[in-house]
Amino acid sequence: MGVEKIANGTLTLGDLRSDPKRHRKESLIRSLFKAAATLSVVVSLLIVVALVGPAFEFITSVDPSALWTNGWFPRRGAFDVRTIFVGTMLVTGIAFVVGAPLGLGVAVYLSEFARPKARRILKPSLEVLAGIPSVVFGYFALTWISPHIVNRFFPGSSNFNLLAAGIAVGLLITPLIASVAEDALRSVPLHLREASYGLGAHKRTTTMKVVFPAAISGIMAAFIVGLSRAIGETMVVAIASGASGGSLLQLDPRQPGQTMTAAMASLAAGTDQVKGADLAFPSLFFVGFLLFVITFALNLGSARLVRKYRRSY
Amino acid sequence: MKTMVMRLASFKDQDSRRLHVAPSTATGPSAGAYENVFELKGTSVFYGDFRAVREIDLEIAEKRITAFIGPSGCGKTTVLRCLNRMNDLVESARIEGSIRYRGIDLYDRAVDAVEVRRRIGMVFQRPNPFPKSIFDNIAFGPKIGGFKGNMSDLVEESLTKAALWDEVKDRLSESAMGLSGGQQQRLCIARCIAVHPDVILMDEPCSALDPIATGRIEDLMAELKEEYTIIIVTHNMQQAARVSDMTAFFTTEVLEDQDRRAGILVEHAPTEQIFTTPSDQRTEHYVTGRFG
Amino acid sequence: MATTPSDLVRLQLKGSKRLTWRTWGFELILLLTLLISLAALVTLLADVFQKGIPVFQERGDGFLRDPLSSLASRAGVYQGIVGSLLLLLFVAVIAGPIGIGAAIYLEEYAPDTRFTRFINVNIRNLAGVPSVVYGLLGLALFVRLLAGATGGRSVMSAGLTLGILVLPIVIITSAEALRAVPNSIREAGYGVGATKWEVIRSHVLPSAAPGILTGSVLSLSRALGETAPLILVGAVTGFLATGQQSFVETLQGRFTALPMIIFNWARQPSADFRESTAAAIIVLLFIILTANAASIILRNRYERKW
Repeated sequence: MGVEKIANGTLTLGDLRSDPKRHRKESLIRSLFKAAATLSVVVSLLIVVALVGPAFEFITSVDPSALWTNGWFPRRGAFDVRTIFVGTMLVTGIAFVVGAPLGLGVAVYLSEFARPKARRILKPSLEVLAGIPSVVFGYFALTWISPHIVNRFFPGSSNFNLLAAGIAVGLLITPLIASVAEDALRSVPLHLREASYGLGAHKRTTTMKVVFPAAISGIMAAFIVGLSRAIGETMVVAIASGASGGSLLQLDPRQPGQTMTAAMASLAAGTDQVKGADLAFPSLFFVGFLLFVITFALNLGSARLVRKYRRSY
Repeated sequence: MKTMVMRLASFKDQDSRRLHVAPSTATGPSAGAYENVFELKGTSVFYGDFRAVREIDLEIAEKRITAFIGPSGCGKTTVLRCLNRMNDLVESARIEGSIRYRGIDLYDRAVDAVEVRRRIGMVFQRPNPFPKSIFDNIAFGPKIGGFKGNMSDLVEESLTKAALWDEVKDRLSESAMGLSGGQQQRLCIARCIAVHPDVILMDEPCSALDPIATGRIEDLMAELKEEYTIIIVTHNMQQAARVSDMTAFFTTEVLEDQDRRAGILVEHAPTEQIFTTPSDQRTEHYVTGRFG
Repeated sequence: MATTPSDLVRLQLKGSKRLTWRTWGFELILLLTLLISLAALVTLLADVFQKGIPVFQERGDGFLRDPLSSLASRAGVYQGIVGSLLLLLFVAVIAGPIGIGAAIYLEEYAPDTRFTRFINVNIRNLAGVPSVVYGLLGLALFVRLLAGATGGRSVMSAGLTLGILVLPIVIITSAEALRAVPNSIREAGYGVGATKWEVIRSHVLPSAAPGILTGSVLSLSRALGETAPLILVGAVTGFLATGQQSFVETLQGRFTALPMIIFNWARQPSADFRESTAAAIIVLLFIILTANAASIILRNRYERKW
């Protein structure tokens, strides 16, 4: 290997050149991996391109009055975006009211109060909850939450209602909010807490007045992530809210309703084909495009918040 | 030893940083022409815009142990890592001036860092064996270097030279992570030797080890210098005094225009001289413990 | 009336009673949120089990082997299981190599440029895109544009769509696993004259393997539970022909999957499908939860302690 040439007394530049075969192999491998990474950018582009085209086609061809008539009945030509938008807002709102306190409470407890033994049981349980697919939550909403909770407190509600769906989505996003919030809380450095205890503060005061404010941007990020997930959730509403195909604009969560996501699923699932004949098909992409823009904006916002709290420590 | 040092001293330049060795007076173990393994001329190392090390002129002689000493942050490790292009791994690092290895510009565009590192090996501050078996640790370097001979013999030879063979010969297939700190570092030395390098660079190899393990590695170095040129960065002055033939003393100088300090080479001379009659007052202050 | 300093201190150390109550109350409220969440989980599982176990008691593994039927007492999930497995095959083949390859590039090769940061931001955004939107992408790209190659509304289209959906997650978890490998290992490798790929292949990847594998398995079980993209790409409630055709034809043909079956049965007005739905959920949950548990246990066993 190395030392023979030197013993002979001559070391030339050529000896230190790279082996061309090895060099080529290295370059090839690097290019392969780079291509894989660039593919992710391609996917993003594809999504935008796939959505923008038909969405544009829809918005330019649709009769503006159809966008304002009461009710979302795409196969009949009624494209009242308000209906499904309100539906999404209702479900998301209810989900947030359920999921945010639960998720935050769990996060604070796990991060500040729980003993290691408790953590070892509780964290995996949360992960189990996080692993349950949304169809299962939809089933649970319809067959348990609706009869046992909604109809118990609001008798006379329809079997299919947005409230049950909202509660189920809230449970669905709880582990997500909990995990992001816990991450933020744990990244608050120990010495801040120690300073507070050193001044004689109790745990509650320390948690509320020192740790919480320090982690606030991470906690907000957790909320936004949960919101984004709730907005994008499809199957729970598709199963538990009953409005397959169409829905009237209404604000009562005890009645069935339609969200943007479930509307897309209904449109695609209703009959066997999603034909391109009428405007129903492009409307699918229009709603999808709206959805993409909303969740994209939310995700950007939460990412910025996460960077903010990660950087300060 | 002392005679040689005094004779070398009489040839010393007015510029205390340069040392010319006249072959005819050499009386060391390997008499003959000493070729300079490394020649640094006006070498500065930059991290981005910040100049961390300023204009080093240094020559390293063959088959000697040279120690780099000096206070923290004076650039000894930075310079060391430039000698085997390890600093390439830091994105913002670059050098100005030249570093020549046996006459070849180490930073020439045609030079492949991988080939350099086959000839100039490195032992790191914290022992870093691969999480593999002892055998595989040693075998890795030769294997990727295209070694076609008997690997078991090579592994035994390397471990023997690193004074580790007797302790591990019965457990070559066990994980290297199960060895003690001192053993792991000797394993890393064996791993380094296995590729038959020309030079061994050691970056504070004993700082994470206890005194007994340190002593064993220092004994090892004395044996290794018969075959390899060794450069060792050390915080421990006594170690430098014990082990090295030549010593280079670095320190920091405050830059007027910036908040930070740059490293410079103050003096490079035979070890005995550095520690008994240094030419520069800063050297004297350091070795007598006035600062550090 | 406290007069001496030590009396004052004694008083202070005893603490205000109100304050301690508040702290206890606070912790209790937090514990309550935890209990509610756990109670929800337990209720859900209990409800599903209670409704679904009778089906297995009556029909044994017949439930797993019977094809779909309009009669609840005869309907089985066999086609769903086959469909889901085929989908998983696609997801593994697509998201695995591409995802791990991208992670390797981003963690080991990529310089710190704007383009690299752009890719990273992009991947994080993709991870947050709702699954319906991926379904739209699949519909537009695989079902319509590339219908010739994929066969339109087929397993292949759905599998490719799910693969793309899961790709960002694979990249993110693999990148984390690679980042966790200490740099000293890489330096050791470079120090003996190894090239970058040699260092990655021989040292970094083997060390990161447990983490990468766990991430991949978790991604697969995520893909297993996804329904919305399947609806968009055209999974049907109808039959899936199994047996007579070639493998490629199966891939290009109509299909269904476990979550799809659950979705359709859940919407049936008649009550007898309630139990079948619960039984199907048990099957799905069993697969997902065992896979997740297995991957985490494996990771804990093989993870090297640095």
